[in-house]
Amino acid sequence: MKHLLSSADLTRDDVRMLLATAAEMHEVQHRDVKKLPTLRGRTIINLFFEDSTRTRSSFEIAGKWMSADTINITGKGSSTSKGESLRDTVMTIDAMSVDCVVIRHMASGSAHQVSQWVDASVVNAGDGTHEHPTQALLDAYTMEQRLGSLEGRRVAIVGDLTHSRVFRSNAITLRTLGAHVTLVAPPTLMPSGITAWAAADGLELTDDLDAVLASGPDAVMMLRVQRERMSGGFFPTPREYTVGFGLTRERLRALTAANPEAVICHPGPMNRGLEISADAADAAQSLVLDQVSAGVAVRMAVLYHLLAGEEVAA
Amino acid sequence: MPRADDTLPPGPSPDPAAPRTVMSEPDVARALRRIAHEIVERNRGASELVLVGIPTRGVELAKRLAALLAEIEGTHVPVGELDITMFRDDLRHQPTRAPMKTRLPAGGVDDRVVVLVDDVLYSGRTIRAALDALSDLGRPRAVRLAALVDRGHRELPIRADHVGKNLPTAHSERVMVRLVGVDDVTGDSVSIALGETLAGRPSTPEALR
Repeated sequence: MKHLLSSADLTRDDVRMLLATAAEMHEVQHRDVKKLPTLRGRTIINLFFEDSTRTRSSFEIAGKWMSADTINITGKGSSTSKGESLRDTVMTIDAMSVDCVVIRHMASGSAHQVSQWVDASVVNAGDGTHEHPTQALLDAYTMEQRLGSLEGRRVAIVGDLTHSRVFRSNAITLRTLGAHVTLVAPPTLMPSGITAWAAADGLELTDDLDAVLASGPDAVMMLRVQRERMSGGFFPTPREYTVGFGLTRERLRALTAANPEAVICHPGPMNRGLEISADAADAAQSLVLDQVSAGVAVRMAVLYHLLAGEEVAA
Repeated sequence: MPRADDTLPPGPSPDPAAPRTVMSEPDVARALRRIAHEIVERNRGASELVLVGIPTRGVELAKRLAALLAEIEGTHVPVGELDITMFRDDLRHQPTRAPMKTRLPAGGVDDRVVVLVDDVLYSGRTIRAALDALSDLGRPRAVRLAALVDRGHRELPIRADHVGKNLPTAHSERVMVRLVGVDDVTGDSVSIALGETLAGRPSTPEALR
């Protein structure tokens, strides 16, 4: 593995190996000395053109705990604000002989594009509304911690699918691991072309959240309503969205009644009161903070498999 | 005495020359029993001891030694396992693999006498990595090394305190340790076959291939 650009690049064996590695890395997180010498001498650049708290900090911590040198560059405060193109920015960074570029960018396909320009390994930390493969891995890891194998498990992904890279990567990885995936969204937030993909990959589509919850899924993943990416009227009012697609207190009760073991995920940051109620976010079956905790371990696993082994040709 | 060669399962050896058995099941059992006695003698008892196996066969050997120590001294000696994957110095020379478990007993290793247990001592690089890994987990009072087989060819200033069998080998030979409980075999054995192994890199048990 040279790059991690899309969840679709990972076979089931790849995912299994990454999750097994993450489990051991999670163990390191509980030690007094949280440091492994594995990536000593390697340099990782976190290139973030979009805001991020958990992804950027967890990549930085992951790199540091494995003894790599990590440097953060954000869109604001870099030469991008002077008008430098993405290509020139990454070529400049590559000229400093870094080993890995972790990139988040608002343009879909940017990570793939960057991987064509540089010698370094490229990790996609979110490209526009396309993919976010490490998020899908950490979600799978977190769910497996609680549920055991995801083979045959039923997972509902609910909300703003149109603007969600998290959903796309998650749907792919969950299918790779053999889970049944149901996508729940209002018709206005179903991405175009989803029907063909759903038919080809065996994803279920619906706009009836209550029916899905009543069927007792093993996991419900709530997506953030990405208002910063919305320019038109995708739904009349936030209140109306919550009524139709929010995980409210009543729906939490319905879910628990249908399946007491069901878990709740949210990639964060949460819009409390919009797509998820405080009751659901703070419930015992909520994995939100476990997801953050797993983030570092999963990213250590990804960096290890990309950077520690023998040199692979691009 | 029955020739163990006949019962030896077909190893993964690519060469036509059949593997030569150098330790049979009773040999392995006797060697472990002697090592257990040596550990007790050296330590003047079994108190304060922690056995730490290096996956995968070292862990099995550590468990067997703990059982023998319980039999000899009547004391329960805690067993841990220490994966050294992330500490190797040859990571860049092969594809990555998932690390194995690192689990220390509840009491940790601080101020204990740790006996590292591995199946084959070769270049010494595995033990170097294990010492580094161990120092991140605590500060033992002393660290000793027990190996079932010492095949020579050290590349670092490392030696074993307790050795089951000294086995002169050539670089072109492979030492294969097969243990019940780890490998898919009906009896323990140590054998030599032609075919080079990467220095210090234990062959992966069939179960993990």
